Amino acid sequence: MADLSVNIKDLLFKNPVLTASGTCGFGQEIADFVDLSKLGGVVMKGTTLKPREGNDYPRMAETPSGMLNAVGLQNKGVDNFIQNIYPTIKDVDSNFIVNVNGSTIEDYIALAEKINELDKIPAIELNISCPNVKEGGMAFGVSCASAQAVVKAVRAVYSKPMIVKLSPNVTNIAEIAKAVEDEGADSVSLVNTFLGMAVNAETRRPVLSTITGGLSGPAIKPIALRMVWQVAQAVKVPVVGMGGIMNATDAIEFLLAGATAVEVGTAIFIDPTIPLQIVDGINDYLERHNFSSVREIIGSLQM
Amino acid sequence: MKKTVQELLLVENKQLNHDNFRLVLQAENELPPIVPGQFVNVEIKKATEIFLRRPFSILDVDAEKKQFSLLVKILGRGSKVLTTYQAGDKISVIYPLGNGFTMPESTDKVLLIGGGSGVAPMLYISKLCGLPPEQVHVLLGARSKQDHVDVSAYQSLGKFHFTTEDGSLGEKGFVTNHSIYKNELSGFDKIYTCGPNPMMKAVAKDAAAAGIFCEVSLENTMACGFGVCLCCVEKTTSGHKCVCTDGPVFNIKDLTWQI
Ligand SMILES: Cc1cc2nc3c(=O)[nH]c(=O)nc-3n(C[C@H](O)[C@H](O)[C@H](O)COP(=O)(O)O)c2cc1C
Ligand code: FES
Repeated sequence: MADLSVNIKDLLFKNPVLTASGTCGFGQEIADFVDLSKLGGVVMKGTTLKPREGNDYPRMAETPSGMLNAVGLQNKGVDNFIQNIYPTIKDVDSNFIVNVNGSTIEDYIALAEKINELDKIPAIELNISCPNVKEGGMAFGVSCASAQAVVKAVRAVYSKPMIVKLSPNVTNIAEIAKAVEDEGADSVSLVNTFLGMAVNAETRRPVLSTITGGLSGPAIKPIALRMVWQVAQAVKVPVVGMGGIMNATDAIEFLLAGATAVEVGTAIFIDPTIPLQIVDGINDYLERHNFSSVREIIGSLQM
Repeated sequence: MKKTVQELLLVENKQLNHDNFRLVLQAENELPPIVPGQFVNVEIKKATEIFLRRPFSILDVDAEKKQFSLLVKILGRGSKVLTTYQAGDKISVIYPLGNGFTMPESTDKVLLIGGGSGVAPMLYISKLCGLPPEQVHVLLGARSKQDHVDVSAYQSLGKFHFTTEDGSLGEKGFVTNHSIYKNELSGFDKIYTCGPNPMMKAVAKDAAAAGIFCEVSLENTMACGFGVCLCCVEKTTSGHKCVCTDGPVFNIKDLTWQI
């Protein structure tokens, strides 16, 4: 067995495979299929200060090698999380990371303060890249100034590792990554979904109630991989890569391009056992290539 | 009940009419309990251009043989390719998913109304409800005679009624035009329905007006089928609920349909 462990700051992950926010609920929803303690981490469904009903149905459109979603951060709010969900996960031996979302900077601050109090939540993923909400969300992630403002404000109240989740819907993602690193982000994760659209030619209507939605799945993998590579060149903090990862080979490609860890999202919908298959597959790869630790391959792309 | 991802063996694919097929799948181990209304999410690997799984209701279960069957109606590319699978093929299935219908009391008289791809759960209820046949009425609607599947294997379980839009089988019109529906609806204690939304809404409206218990099984499009993507939601009196985990069966009084 190779050493699969990686770090973000002082936070240890037993392996570099996490489940992506919005694709694994709060972990319990996939516990029938996977032993959560075998995952590097679980990034839970996007949480907001107040409950949100999300967008109207239809919220999903299947596309070639992927899907569009327009869920719109449906969740029961942070207080419900603390009262009803936190007690059920706090004794599971994995890193449960809260995906933090706000419409305003004040929302982000209030949320981060509450999460900071939870002993068993070792990190947050600050989502400044949700394309499916009218206020806040991606708007914060598409300019250096607004991204910096959120990260700076949250950094002041949140002391544990902070991963900032970046939007790919920008001209230069490396610039945004550098900007949030400068404000104290401990890591950046990318990519969130790409803004897309589906049309039903027969009805001459948009498929999604919101007209546009976020594209995920293998369709976005090459672009996500390119962005992870560019960002890994630009920043010193660890990069968490995602976008269309369906198997161990995909995950290894992201690690080679410079990701310290990966998140698996849409693949879970096809088969919720894929994240653990990826853990095993990375180990097999390392043994086959005589590496003793996964850390040896991170960013080791041969030019 | 614990959900699993399993590679099942297709032991039979029988064409029932021009666009309906019965697929029988064989598990290696004992099947979990599966009740009417529950569904499975099927990977259609042969259709490489299809990315997501497709949900199908359970038609029947043979616990002894560790087999269950699906009624697959060709509606789009996914269902079409699934009907080309042959005995001996392996199919990846996530199951059992969703919640079933509320089973009737022993004194209830029930009306099961099915149309389109919604026939399967109605037939499965007729088999499992445990009522004497005179208390079970099954009303099935289709466009024309050739669109109805042969239900003779179920006919001893209840009284079957048919409608067709062209009058080629049973009474002419929609299910809601059938004489038993128009004249005897208030004599039923429970109505269960699955099929196209306009049909279910029409039934829900009449059931609500008559004050009859009514459950519908919704077929909202899904990505995961097990409650993580939140794509399949239906508006209810207590907010958005997932059709895959809170449903697919809902009591009409919990829905916000304008009926
Ligand atoms: C249905 C759905 C819901 C999502 N919800 C969230 C969310 O709440 N917060 C977030 O940061 N990302 C969310 N995402 C984005 C994913 O976490 C991930 O960044 C993206 O899907 C790309 O990875 P993938 O191709 O492996 O899915 C969601 C994605 C999908 C498909
Ligand atoms: S289909 Fe994913 S939550 Fe229902």
